[in-house]
Amino acid sequence: MASLKELAGGTPNLLTGGHRLCAGCGAPIIVRQVLAVAGRDVVISCATGCLEVATSIYPYTSWAVPFIHNAFENAAATISGVESAYKVLRRRGKLSKDIKFITFGGDGGTYDIGLQSLSGAMERGHRMLYVCYDNGAYMNTGIQRSSATPRGANTTTSPVGKGLKAGKPQYRKDLTGIMAAHDIPYVAQVSPYNWRDLTKKVEKALSVDGPSFINALSPCPRGWITNTPDTIELTRVAVDTCFWPLYEVEDGRWKVNYKPKEKRPLIDWLKMQGRFKHLFNPENQGIIEELQADVNRRWEKLLNKAGESV
Amino acid sequence: MPKKVIMKGNEAVALAMRQINPNVVAAYPITPQTEIVQIFSSFVSDELVDTEFVTVESEHSAMSASIGASAAGARAMTATSANGLAFMWEVIYIAASLRLPIVMAVVNRALSGPINIHCDHSDSMGARDSGWIQIYSENAQEAYDNMIQGIRIAEHEDLKLPVMVTMDGFIISHAMENLMVLEDDKVEDFIGEYKPQYPLLDIENPVTYGPLDLYDFYFEHKRQQAEAMRIAGRIIKNVADDYEKLSGRSYGLVEPYYLEDAKVALVVLGSTAGTAKACVDELRLEGKKVGLLKIRVFRPFPYDEIIEALKGLKVVAIMDRSDSFSSFGGPVFNEVRSAILSLERPPITLSYIYGLGGRDVNLKDILGLYHDLEEIVFSGEPGEVLRYLGVRES
Repeated sequence: MASLKELAGGTPNLLTGGHRLCAGCGAPIIVRQVLAVAGRDVVISCATGCLEVATSIYPYTSWAVPFIHNAFENAAATISGVESAYKVLRRRGKLSKDIKFITFGGDGGTYDIGLQSLSGAMERGHRMLYVCYDNGAYMNTGIQRSSATPRGANTTTSPVGKGLKAGKPQYRKDLTGIMAAHDIPYVAQVSPYNWRDLTKKVEKALSVDGPSFINALSPCPRGWITNTPDTIELTRVAVDTCFWPLYEVEDGRWKVNYKPKEKRPLIDWLKMQGRFKHLFNPENQGIIEELQADVNRRWEKLLNKAGESV
Repeated sequence: MPKKVIMKGNEAVALAMRQINPNVVAAYPITPQTEIVQIFSSFVSDELVDTEFVTVESEHSAMSASIGASAAGARAMTATSANGLAFMWEVIYIAASLRLPIVMAVVNRALSGPINIHCDHSDSMGARDSGWIQIYSENAQEAYDNMIQGIRIAEHEDLKLPVMVTMDGFIISHAMENLMVLEDDKVEDFIGEYKPQYPLLDIENPVTYGPLDLYDFYFEHKRQQAEAMRIAGRIIKNVADDYEKLSGRSYGLVEPYYLEDAKVALVVLGSTAGTAKACVDELRLEGKKVGLLKIRVFRPFPYDEIIEALKGLKVVAIMDRSDSFSSFGGPVFNEVRSAILSLERPPITLSYIYGLGGRDVNLKDILGLYHDLEEIVFSGEPGEVLRYLGVRES
């Protein structure tokens, strides 16, 4: 496992500086933690989105490893083609190196437009790791709601107004659960503040003989309306409130990796973010309780699956 | 020795794919292409090929995986029809722009809606500006030959462009035909080993594919793509010359048929060329000065060859098996007519849209058409420019 020192720059930086991602963006932090484990012998595919447009502006690239961006919804299908090429070229004796295949996609490219492509690739059993950096909206096009956007969030397509007082009306899609339902060898949820947990999970994901999926919480200061230095803290509070539990599903066995000694109230996480500001207005009384109840319900469901008591 | 076989167009294309033995095939079944996928699957199961066959969940993923495989450094092929090609739309442009030499069989079928499974060219004609080389086949023999030549064309070091080889759905794909096929080792020698440029799997030399390309470079890249297409005609001819040495069958960008002294002619693509040739033969026996121009390669558009072939004619009917809904004829009409306007005395041109959704066009239809063209020569009155052949108007 990579040490903190290595993660901090002891290993060659495979996603180099000079990219145009915003200060406080969670995506490059997640990518660097993943690449610190994966090393140089990887091929990356990336869905259209913030990460892609900000790291590969021609004639520059931040990627010191082979990288392909194809389109928005097909990063999984694309890497499945790369991995298939690898298999046959190895079989024919044209390649000898052991190469890993990793895809990065935002929640738009993963939960929504790319779900079919991802599902197909997982079912076919390609040896690949798909990492979703979930920042909870279509941030690249300007903060439009996605199926990963939490209920209550103010986005540009669920804008708080006279008729829509409480922001996005729907709860989030449980994508990590959907991926676990594919019965692939390894599925996990991670949060970048806990780099030890994240890197350990990437190591596991890359060691399985088949597809794996990791969902990573990725704050977006622009979309979440948060202070840039709070990014890592936000990923910690999300876990401590059980909004974003750390867990893994290994060969069908569910395991909760971290149970907060004292579960913090969801309000602690909500109040750090401008996108939930309106929920504190008198006309939205009761909404925060409903959101808390939903978090509780999902957390209990997860504990049940992992065979743990509440 | 080359072998004479009896097979359907789909079988001939699948056979060509077996002999090519591509590294990766990612494909999704759709009528009338389905048999190609099925037959190729059995080649994989029986280890007659060493291909990684990716059983994708859609055509969008078929092309996306082909792009990934080709960029990785593999020889990649696929096949589709109609809505499948339409579903690939976004990514076929990306394949061409990334200069990936993917070869795809398109079994022509009418696009929905209304849904229809039979032949017309609305699928591949819609993709004419996607940056793919397009080669239309008259019969199963040509489909087989074009697939094999397609590999050499696509992978040519000056091109690196994807190639679409089309054949008419059902009319060719499902009809039994006599054809000559080459020995496996001859095909292997002809196509040679694939030498990818900048493969993703060259870990020591990492490259970035598909970067964001803004106003400062996008235009130059598009210009380079246009330039590759501009020189593609010459390379397609060179490959055809080499293929003729191997097979004895000769191919050009276009195929003129009795045009030297003809007064009237049809311009046609695909299987209808065969029907029209039979009509020309019959009319020639009657001493009629009729001819035919078959366009084999529609992209790049062989305007020089078309101008040369059609000069001196009086009336030319340009046949489109798809409508552009521009209200000014189909794509073949517009491009051919535009090309021959540079002639000092261009022939009268008529647009005929025919055969949509598999509507049959037979000898009688084409003979009638030639008759109409001769009437125009006689009367000097062109009449309606925009015409539909074989449709009920009331």
